[in-house]
Amino acid sequence: MEPRLKLVAIGGSWGGIKASLSILEGLPADYSIPILLVLHRLRNQEGNLQELLDKKLRLRVLEVEDKEPLLPGHVYLAPSNYHVLIERDHTCSLDDSELENYSRPAIDVTFTSAADVFAENTVGVLLSGASKDGSSGLSYIFDNGGIAIAQDPAEAEVAVMPQAAIDRVPGCKVMNVARIKEFLLSLHEH
Amino acid sequence: MKLEYEKLFEQEVEALIEEIHTQYGYDFSGYARASVYRRIKRFLGQKHLQSVDALREKLFSDSFFFENFLQEVTVNVTEMFRDPTFFLSLRENVLPILSTYPFIKIWDAGCSTGEELFSLAILLEEEGLLGRTKIYATDINQKVLMQAKEGIFSASNMAAYTSAYYAAGGKREFSSYYTSNYGSVKFSSQLVKNVVFYPHNLATDSSFNEFHLIICRNVLIYFNRQLQDRVLRLFDESLVSLGYLGLGKKETLIMSSISGNYVAVDKNNRIYRKTN
Repeated sequence: MEPRLKLVAIGGSWGGIKASLSILEGLPADYSIPILLVLHRLRNQEGNLQELLDKKLRLRVLEVEDKEPLLPGHVYLAPSNYHVLIERDHTCSLDDSELENYSRPAIDVTFTSAADVFAENTVGVLLSGASKDGSSGLSYIFDNGGIAIAQDPAEAEVAVMPQAAIDRVPGCKVMNVARIKEFLLSLHEH
Repeated sequence: MKLEYEKLFEQEVEALIEEIHTQYGYDFSGYARASVYRRIKRFLGQKHLQSVDALREKLFSDSFFFENFLQEVTVNVTEMFRDPTFFLSLRENVLPILSTYPFIKIWDAGCSTGEELFSLAILLEEEGLLGRTKIYATDINQKVLMQAKEGIFSASNMAAYTSAYYAAGGKREFSSYYTSNYGSVKFSSQLVKNVVFYPHNLATDSSFNEFHLIICRNVLIYFNRQLQDRVLRLFDESLVSLGYLGLGKKETLIMSSISGNYVAVDKNNRIYRKTN
């Protein structure tokens, strides 16, 4: 039987780029689970974040195009000014509706959508940030049997985001980036 | 909402979509589901409705309520000069070619509340083409079309719009295009005097004219692949030979059945040109 596809969804804001970089740098090019990365970014700005990440990681980094299929070995970066939703056929739909938590992309939108589709095969990771976006989505992942992880606030550049997650989801795993990296590696299927 | 409820909710929405099609003629079957589900949940929350059943009852007993539903479920968020580089590229790469035609016809498909339409009209005005251009501005929603015609936008966005306007190569004082009043601004009606507004449903209606340029940005993202393909074929039928098509920044025609007829004029800004 083919194993059911999993998804790792990572969210972060202030300090989130750095934290996600140190986690993702540790993952091999053929990492078996697609990774969706939602970072708060400035609007209407031509970012080279995709290029930066693509250079630094062994995984291939793509900025999400509409109806992009989620495949292993890839990091999918949410584009600025769009929410990323996930369809039942494991493709991404973009959405330019209202901001949520003052953000677009909003982490809550993607986390919630991920859990609707990947259910208990969803891993949600919330990193450093100065916003409370993501905690409600992380709670939804957890309530539906997925794995919820918050970066240790003591280590996070800005503790607000992971702390909000811990307050909202007392059952979540609290880890520093080194542990998060090990944990994600332990999910890798050769 | 736990996933068992989610599954049930999705089934109910599927039944509702069929019923809306039969009762009101609006076909949402080709809409991307993740967004439809999310919009309907949001609408239920806004209206304090407890279930899809409660929504269903109101939708079919009150056509005004349905209009409201239609407006909320389809996304009408838009802004002026969104992605300024797109408009800059139109100005530099497309309008000079269009200026060689004696008369220009443009279709702004899914014009929503008109921010994009006015941005386009300003561009045409500054390039000296507005007087000989006719723009067809269409949307599925009657109500947003009426708003688009008014050209009244919130003043709170004007700082952002002004800098986007200059980033798009704006040549004048942006404020010369509008008058301010009580927290809102009204754009000059001269800008849209050659614009025809009318309802058109991309999911079901057919081609109605031939155009030199079609702009449809951030509309296809709400459709599934099949409906996207239908709409792109509709655009293909509606474009003159060597006509231009402008899509949203993350939309593409590469995966579609018409891709062979087009070349990218500006790949980054998703501006394509019909080759035959």
